[in-house]
Amino acid sequence: QDRCGCVLMMLCDGVCVQAQKLLRERLCHQKLPDQPVGLDSQYKHLLELLRRTAVHGESNSVLIVGPRGSGKTMVRIHEHHFNAAPVAGLLQTDDKIALKEITRQLHLENVVGDKVFGSFAENLAFLLEALKKGDKSSSRPVLFVLDEFDLFAHHKNQTLLYNLLDVSQSAQTPVAVLGLTCRLDVLELLEKRVKSRFSHRQIHLFSSLSFAQYLDVVRAQLSLPPDFPDPKFSDEWNHSVTKLCEDKTVEEILRRNFNGSKDFRSLHSLLFLAVSRVSVSHSTLREADLIEAWRLISVDSKANVLHGLSILELCLIIAMKHLNDTYDGEPFNFQMVHNEFKKFIQRKSHSIHKFEKPVVMKAFEHLLQLELVRPVDSGVCKVQREYQLMRLMLEHGQVMEALQRYPQCPTDVKQWALSAFG
Amino acid sequence: MSRYITRLRMRRTYKWNGRPVGEDRKLKRKYYESMSISVEGKTEDATVSSGQYILIEGDDDDNPFVAQLHKLYTDDSGKKKTAVVQWFVRMCEVPQNKRKLLGRDPHPQEIFFYQDRSCDNEVDGETILGAVQIEYVPAENSFPEGKSKDILFVKLLWDTKSFKALDPELMQPPQSPKSPPPSSRGPQTRALPTPDLSVMKRAMSGTLTRGSMSTGKMNSSEAESLHSASKLSAAKALSAKRRSRASSGPHVRKKLDLCSPTKNVSRDDVLGEILDEHTEKTLTSKLNTSPTGRISISIRLTPLNLNEEERVFPLSSHSPDKPKLTAHDKDDATSVFLGVQSIGDDDPDSLINTSRTPRKREATPRRAGLRGLKARTPSRRKDSAALREPALAALAEEEHEDSPIQTAATPRSKRKSAQLVSSRIRKQLNVLGNKVDRLSDGDDDDDCFIPTKTDLQSSSDEEEEAKIDSEDELIVKKRRGSRTPRSTEKTRVTARTPRKTPIKKTAPATPRTPRHATPSIPSRSAPARKPGNVLEEARARLHVSSVPESLPCREQEFQDIYNFVESKVIDGTGGCMYISGVPGTGKTATVHEVVRSLQQSAEQDEIPHFHFIEINGMKMTDPHQAYVQILQKLTDQKATPDHAAALLEKRFSAPAPKKETTVLLVDELDLLWTRKQNVMYNLFDWPTRRNARLVVLTIANTMDLPERIMINRVASRLGLTRMSFQPYTFKQLQQIITSRLNRVKAFEEDALQLVSRKVAALSGDARRCLDICRRATEICEHSGSQKNGSGLVGMSHVMEALDEMFSSSYIAAIRCASVQEQLFLRAVIAEFRRLGLEEATFQQVFVQHQALCRVEGLQPVSVSEGLAVCQRLGSCRLLLLEGSRLDLFLRIRLNVSQDDVLYALKAD
Repeated sequence: QDRCGCVLMMLCDGVCVQAQKLLRERLCHQKLPDQPVGLDSQYKHLLELLRRTAVHGESNSVLIVGPRGSGKTMVRIHEHHFNAAPVAGLLQTDDKIALKEITRQLHLENVVGDKVFGSFAENLAFLLEALKKGDKSSSRPVLFVLDEFDLFAHHKNQTLLYNLLDVSQSAQTPVAVLGLTCRLDVLELLEKRVKSRFSHRQIHLFSSLSFAQYLDVVRAQLSLPPDFPDPKFSDEWNHSVTKLCEDKTVEEILRRNFNGSKDFRSLHSLLFLAVSRVSVSHSTLREADLIEAWRLISVDSKANVLHGLSILELCLIIAMKHLNDTYDGEPFNFQMVHNEFKKFIQRKSHSIHKFEKPVVMKAFEHLLQLELVRPVDSGVCKVQREYQLMRLMLEHGQVMEALQRYPQCPTDVKQWALSAFG
Repeated sequence: MSRYITRLRMRRTYKWNGRPVGEDRKLKRKYYESMSISVEGKTEDATVSSGQYILIEGDDDDNPFVAQLHKLYTDDSGKKKTAVVQWFVRMCEVPQNKRKLLGRDPHPQEIFFYQDRSCDNEVDGETILGAVQIEYVPAENSFPEGKSKDILFVKLLWDTKSFKALDPELMQPPQSPKSPPPSSRGPQTRALPTPDLSVMKRAMSGTLTRGSMSTGKMNSSEAESLHSASKLSAAKALSAKRRSRASSGPHVRKKLDLCSPTKNVSRDDVLGEILDEHTEKTLTSKLNTSPTGRISISIRLTPLNLNEEERVFPLSSHSPDKPKLTAHDKDDATSVFLGVQSIGDDDPDSLINTSRTPRKREATPRRAGLRGLKARTPSRRKDSAALREPALAALAEEEHEDSPIQTAATPRSKRKSAQLVSSRIRKQLNVLGNKVDRLSDGDDDDDCFIPTKTDLQSSSDEEEEAKIDSEDELIVKKRRGSRTPRSTEKTRVTARTPRKTPIKKTAPATPRTPRHATPSIPSRSAPARKPGNVLEEARARLHVSSVPESLPCREQEFQDIYNFVESKVIDGTGGCMYISGVPGTGKTATVHEVVRSLQQSAEQDEIPHFHFIEINGMKMTDPHQAYVQILQKLTDQKATPDHAAALLEKRFSAPAPKKETTVLLVDELDLLWTRKQNVMYNLFDWPTRRNARLVVLTIANTMDLPERIMINRVASRLGLTRMSFQPYTFKQLQQIITSRLNRVKAFEEDALQLVSRKVAALSGDARRCLDICRRATEICEHSGSQKNGSGLVGMSHVMEALDEMFSSSYIAAIRCASVQEQLFLRAVIAEFRRLGLEEATFQQVFVQHQALCRVEGLQPVSVSEGLAVCQRLGSCRLLLLEGSRLDLFLRIRLNVSQDDVLYALKAD
């Protein structure tokens, strides 16, 4: 019986791990969905355009503009139908590298044999010649995908863009030049002769998703597919997901996330954290998982740092906050902070001992290292450290919140923080 | 195939063998029988002598030029050695498109006797590489086997048009009894009339004025100064007569005693032959009576010429009116006389010289002579020639390939091209008319649609046939018909290697350079589908890449560029032209069209062949790459930029023989700017070289580019031949679309007008216009299935396309932004209003943002979230941000107007 139970456990374990693996893949974008959500018309437009390039050999150029996480890169689903040459502005930081990459991707380098590629100029001439050789009816269309298109516009003379767009406007090998960018003003970056060669087709990926649709997406993202090996488990799981989405707190969390941004990346990172908490012991997704995930995700990064400070450092921060209030955001130096701190010790403090100045200085330097304070102009080193002008990199609210949450914070410190003007 | 030129420059020294065999005092030349060439590092010297076959240094080291040496001479300084040769050509020097005329594979060692009047037959003696053995093979015999590789065989004659059987006598060295000896002695003197005493005296009296002109450099300058002298003088007629006798030997090219090595002699032959009939019969009578008869012709020449003729006439017709003459002479010692006066030599030989001078004079005023000839032919050529700037006249002594036949032909070609354009336009107008007709009766739209281009062509031709009956038009149409397979023609032309680059042969021998292997895109698995309906057809036609049958609305520009290039090609001179215009106004297309039609004329031998190459400033990585690309396109050689520059410099400045004109198109000129402007300087300097024969057409966007970026010496060389392409007006744009659509009925009239008006108002960019139309057809295709039975692209579709392309996307972006993003934008505006500035730090905005959150009943966001929202807006460029390193203190500005933001947010 024990063995039976053990096997059952393992089985159950297996199913759970399997489900988790599947969902993680989905949420980490290792497996792209077949079609983007909520962008049907844009998707159709693009697909039609590419189809014409593929079928009729018509050259096209198009820009896909949309905020980050709106699904621009998903066009690459269709890359394998083409002779595709994707290049990314962040990777191929100049035209030389980009050209090499394109040549490699088009498998043109085989023609060259083992010869290592020559200069940039030769490279360019080579590619242009290759593209010129082809014609509309006989060559296989080439798809150029330029990720972070705006970065290519910053390359010298915009050589690559000019040449690709020029090919797309002349009777050579049919090409589709696809630029992906999130900048709305990308056309203003193009030189006028480059701009003239661009067809001015822009596909905007603005999601006009409503919250109801958003919830549907969440449900779909979390549901297990019908072909999941263990139907019983998947039924159970899917049921729990449906129930989860109807929960008020969960809905509130999702709405806050939706208000923050409509893109699916932030949603995925939230769900990923939640799914990761699923284990054999509780094999369904629960409300608490999502709440915990949201807490982790929405927490302010500086608040986390403040949690780890000593009381002395916290006191210094409060002193700086008071200085900020008094002088309306003007920069301060260590001496001022120290004076403020001394006043507090002398007048109000009961719980905190007097610290030697070097000790306070040390604490101050620690804050400096954490970049909670920052020198106004880092270049000037002539000034003594005590008198170097600093700024506090914290919002008023952040300080107060950190104080609230700080474990065993002395009340007199709290009161000092709350009092106006020190 | 291509390799770096790694020739070891062998130093050769050239020496005369023996004493001069003849001397020409007048031209200060000494003739030699042979010359020895000693090569550094070799013990024995090679000797070349008249009549021998020699190799001459050419562009290609493996296949040097072959020629037969006729004469060797030196000028009086004794430094410059010149050789007069009869050229032979290798197969690889024959233009590629003519090679098939041979009708068989050429023997690897076969060469052809070269007969071309336009070809210069004087070369620098120091370019001779050595002797070579040539065997004549009778046309019916086969090539002998087993001979040494060094022996070349000659079997046929190539006269630039066809291969002919070679008369073996042509191969005889010039000393053969049939042809007169090369020196000016001998029978020639006998052919001349006894010199007149008056002339002699005059000559002697002129020695004083002669002065500087008679020095060593006199030769060429004299020739120039003389060039306006009349060909009509009796002396000239005399010399022509003598010359015709002298050149009675079959086709042996006579050499003229003009010193400039590039001087082209052939024209004189032509002239001489033309004048033969007059001169031979009525020589004596003409000497006395010709003035009246001839002067009537010369009136058509420029006034300057006329004056000089009047003065020359008495002299050369041996008139006894001597005092008058000298008076003239002293009054204005014009250059015309200087030439004659320079014969002031007491030597008995001077008699010969005196009689020779007229001949010389006859040779120089080639231009005037030609014009005179042309004046007789009813052509426009004369007008254009006369209109040409004076600089051209100065260049007149450059090689000039006109034969009278060609001159007569050129205006025809020009007229033809003009007709071509106009007929096309007419055709399009017809098409338009048809379209309207069809529309009126057309209940069936499919009727209008003709699926393939060829169908279209033929049917339009049929209709034409009915309408047009003039002979002219028919010719034009035929030409157009031959023109349709343009792409093949074009490739053939571009694939043609320049005559002088016979490199291809060596390619198989050097397989170690796979680098130049031609790259290619793999071919597609399924054939490209042909357009299947009206809209698809329209779309294909509207694509910018589709080559239109003509370029409407650019007729004037076309004609101007055509005339410019054509005249340069015909004259064999060089020049620069600067073409400017905003993008998408058809600059490059027009130039290409010009070149295409010129190449067609060249195919039909209406104008000389030329070589077209194109570089684009944007298609190179560095301005200096321009040299590399030009060199590669000219000669298929690869070199580093510096080396290429040197080679090109040499190529364009060396007086190399057998050159064809090069037309160089430099697109996006402004990209060739360097700090020292060397590249631009060279590009514009080469055409000014005497023998470069380079026409440079430059294209850029800005009209004032020469003034703005060029330093003076560059701008000055570019010259003032400028042309500016204006942006298209809406009517032109409309015409362009209509002509492209030809008769595919896909658009409503109003829709077309809307597009063209809109584009004309914005930029006048034809590309944009076509793109919009193309997009409109797509929109129509998608929406057309439901409504709008006509299937035509209507106003609504065009409006939609225009909206898509021109409307700003900021408002849509704001509307689709998330709640927090919208709130943040409102916070930004609120903070701006509070500060009264257009800039705020994140901290300030964040405070506003939190306040707004509370107002809206949302939970306030943390700083991290707020910053993320801010960065998202920044990445869309709705906001302009500083680096995120600054954290709370990063400054924020709006990239949209506040009103737009408020408008977008309010509409929610």
